Amino acid sequence: MLLSVVILLPVVAAGVLLAVPGLPDRAASWFWVAIAALDLALIGWMWIGFASAASEGPSGVVDGIAYEQKIQWIPTVDASYHVGVDGLSLPLIAMTGVLFLAAAIWSLREKQRPRTYAALFLFLQTASMGTFASLDLILFFVFFDLTIVGMYFVIAGWGHGNRRRSALKFFIYTFVGSLALLVGFIGLFLGSETRTFDMVALAADPPLTDSPVAAGLVLLAISIGLAVKTPLFPFHTWLPDAHTDAPAAGSAILAGVLLKLGTYGFVRIAMPILPDAWQRWAMVIVIAGVVSVIWGAFTALAQTDLKRMIAYTSVNHMGYILLGLGAAGLVAQADEQARTIAVTGAMVQMVSHGLLTGALFLLTGVLFSRGGTYAFDRWSGLARPAPIFAAALGVAAFGSLGLPGLSAFIAEFQIFTGALQAAPIATVIAVTGIVVTAGLFLVALQRLFSGEMKVPEAGGIASARSHGGEGKRSAEGGGPRGVKTITGNDDGRAPAVFKDLNGRELTAILPLLILSLAIGLFPRALLDIIEPAAAALTSLVGR
Amino acid sequence: MTGMEGMSANPLDLLPEILLLLGAVGGLLLGLWTPQHKQSRVRILIVVAALASAVAATVDLTEPDKGVFDDSWMIDTTTGIVRITVALATAAAVLLSSTSLAGHPRETEAYVLMVLAALGAIALAASNDLLMLAAAYLLASVPLYALAGFAKDARGVEAALKYYLMGALVGVLMLVGIAGLILATGSGNYVELSGSLPQASMPLVALGVIGVLAGMAFKAGAVPVHFWVPDVTAGTTPAMAAFITTIPKLGAVAAAFRLVAEPFAAIPLDVPLLVAVIAAASMTLGNLAAFQQTEVLRLLAYSTVSQVGYMFMVVAVAGQSDFAVPALAIYLAGYAVTNLGAFAAAAALPKAASIGEWADAVRGRPRLVLSLAVLLLGLVGTPPTAVFIGKLTIFTATADGNLVWLLVLGAVNTIASLFYYLRWIAPAARTVFADSKQPDHMLAGTQARAVMVSTKVQVLRGPAMMVHAAAVLSVLLGIGAGVWLTFIA
Repeated sequence: MLLSVVILLPVVAAGVLLAVPGLPDRAASWFWVAIAALDLALIGWMWIGFASAASEGPSGVVDGIAYEQKIQWIPTVDASYHVGVDGLSLPLIAMTGVLFLAAAIWSLREKQRPRTYAALFLFLQTASMGTFASLDLILFFVFFDLTIVGMYFVIAGWGHGNRRRSALKFFIYTFVGSLALLVGFIGLFLGSETRTFDMVALAADPPLTDSPVAAGLVLLAISIGLAVKTPLFPFHTWLPDAHTDAPAAGSAILAGVLLKLGTYGFVRIAMPILPDAWQRWAMVIVIAGVVSVIWGAFTALAQTDLKRMIAYTSVNHMGYILLGLGAAGLVAQADEQARTIAVTGAMVQMVSHGLLTGALFLLTGVLFSRGGTYAFDRWSGLARPAPIFAAALGVAAFGSLGLPGLSAFIAEFQIFTGALQAAPIATVIAVTGIVVTAGLFLVALQRLFSGEMKVPEAGGIASARSHGGEGKRSAEGGGPRGVKTITGNDDGRAPAVFKDLNGRELTAILPLLILSLAIGLFPRALLDIIEPAAAALTSLVGR
Repeated sequence: MTGMEGMSANPLDLLPEILLLLGAVGGLLLGLWTPQHKQSRVRILIVVAALASAVAATVDLTEPDKGVFDDSWMIDTTTGIVRITVALATAAAVLLSSTSLAGHPRETEAYVLMVLAALGAIALAASNDLLMLAAAYLLASVPLYALAGFAKDARGVEAALKYYLMGALVGVLMLVGIAGLILATGSGNYVELSGSLPQASMPLVALGVIGVLAGMAFKAGAVPVHFWVPDVTAGTTPAMAAFITTIPKLGAVAAAFRLVAEPFAAIPLDVPLLVAVIAAASMTLGNLAAFQQTEVLRLLAYSTVSQVGYMFMVVAVAGQSDFAVPALAIYLAGYAVTNLGAFAAAAALPKAASIGEWADAVRGRPRLVLSLAVLLLGLVGTPPTAVFIGKLTIFTATADGNLVWLLVLGAVNTIASLFYYLRWIAPAARTVFADSKQPDHMLAGTQARAVMVSTKVQVLRGPAMMVHAAAVLSVLLGIGAGVWLTFIA
């Protein structure tokens, strides 16, 4: 019941927001923050309850599910509203709660239709949490699809640049993926003995074990669906456009939360329900992961735009997750302990990437609000006027490239340790991806922070300042805003201004970085939750 | 299956139909003695009759299946669902059309014709005998010819003529088919046919199958006999179009389902494949044609053609999958609600013919756009609407009936359909978004434009309420599927 409240509270609040007429815009924004905070508090309570009840040994996926609730929904095909949390879903639900609260705080000064904006994000929050908590394939699909609809309107309504095209591209790509997913789910349903969509029942008694071809095709359909969402090379082409043209809070949610729906789907559905097929095709998954790692890293290196660069690093980071998950299926090549480590690393990577990329996208939003562009060649020397911004971006970037002491290190280290035994060559290739991302983040930091100070035309700054630093006005025209390249100090006249992070921005970003640091320094609290479930998953895949 | 003498002839078995008939006849008589400006009485009478019929049908649903009147009329889950859906949809369509019909000199006649056509649709679904099917076909067709040309304008007359000629042609084809089947076996009853058709002369049976299915495809508006759909839809008022593209489909698809599941089940022809091809062609061609439409009604018309394709998917696996009957029931109900709602959106702005005009006219009405988005995305099959549940169960039944290629084609078509539904949602959403933004420096200009727009098109209240109601209902039917599906499972 508590879990259902956590899931449904935001959407109910969204309904209230839309239904109450004449609500002031500021009140709507604060209401959103309050609901997001309340939801996070409830998740915290759930976490405490879950952690205190946790027992030794593998637990999760098919047993040890907490806060479970099941209500019959479509009796003819045995689909139900079945939700619950275990060590795989709880960290992601918590991460989702944190990111949505950050997005709410970030958007406190939203000027454009803040009420609808808040309602849409609350709706998205329900959809995201529902996906993570689903224990029924159809329910998973429902929430999965609703995130697409919600994000489409966020990008199309509040984005900038070529937002309509990007939104449509995002919608079509992920919708195609979701239908492939649905076809796969129907395959699982028809292949199961008991004819059910229930994930727990399916994982306990895997379908299609005696027909490898059918199982392979079903896995293919599900993998395509999830790969589009994740996204993996070559299904990633929607990602840079959607990320770049979405508003900062939207990008943070898109990268931080929605991408995890794809990787989480592998963990929750593909691996435990199709263990034979997963083992058979594990090498393909590993290769897909490594290709994404390398492709994402090098494409990111080539970008001239900070936000696009960060978007491509997501492809890279998702590749590590797939490497870990694929290695978990290489049963013959590695012992169970190594495979468990790989899965644990992949799970931590999901949480870590959510926090760090969320922070990075919000930080790019700072740039956009100050100057209306993300292009590297328009900014430099920002460290002096904006030390806090520089420090925050530095921490997030170093975190993202896997510096020890931050969460991504814990994640990637475990992935590589776990995968090395199973797929040594692939792992070695993937490690080089770290080098490339390290290089590209350092180059980016250098371009932005060192050298002569340079900011885009003062008009952009003034407008940004007069609108509370949100600077979303560009969206009105729908086209890219034409910022002239007049730098403030080429001729030694009026020095250009770059305002450092304000309180609202800092309040949104800082907790994400602190959490990442906390996971990096004291990973036990998180690992205690994830490890039993990872062990359970590994043994299910090893069947 | 039936009583001691092998038959039951209790008129109360037909109570839902009798109530509708009473509504039609009573409405006609009442209309004759009611002054022009008080014709709303007729509307009330007919809506009450339709609701009563739906209630009677719901009560009937809990009883076991039975064939009545010499097994010529089958009362089972399929009939029950069609009875309820058609009755409720007719009530909704009558209310919807009242906006444009109120005060019309032939108001009563329109309502009565609608109820008679509804009766025909139910008869199609319940027919368990080929001759009954032929009669039902006529009852479901003739009132609609009149309704199609109701406006008496050039477009309406052309549409009615086209509809009538096509209907007559296909009707003859169907009668030839029925004659062939009866000639081959000596009986028109489905129960007897299912036993004797497999041994009958195959050329005659093939002719019969094609003729009868052509008749059902015509009533449903499926390819290749769908050419009347866009003209009729665009040639009449949106409310009439809503009725014509919703109610007969329900009956025709159910009738085709019964035919494939019972008399045609055992014959050595690949009837499922034939139906599957009709389904594939309908959804694909309907979608392809819808891409280029700029008129709201024509877009919806082709959308209904593609929707029939999904319905025929389940007809193709009729009798071969346990999921087929519930899938059909869910889809028919979900489609009726959603399609009526989408047409109501067109009816809310009767002057806005093109998508662009519609989108311009909804300035300042975000809720209408929200409801439209729910309905259109519902037609795509976005969860958690009723059509999503229908599509899910239909896809499941199709795969279960070993027509995996049709399932994949259905999924591909679902994606394709997204494009043209978004072509309607996106500009409307853009208008609403652009409106509430109202940059201060452009305020004067915007106001002037708003005044201009508001004088141009007015949003009708009744249909707009219908849009909201349909959107809410489609979501409730989806989320609450567990509640109402237990009655038909």
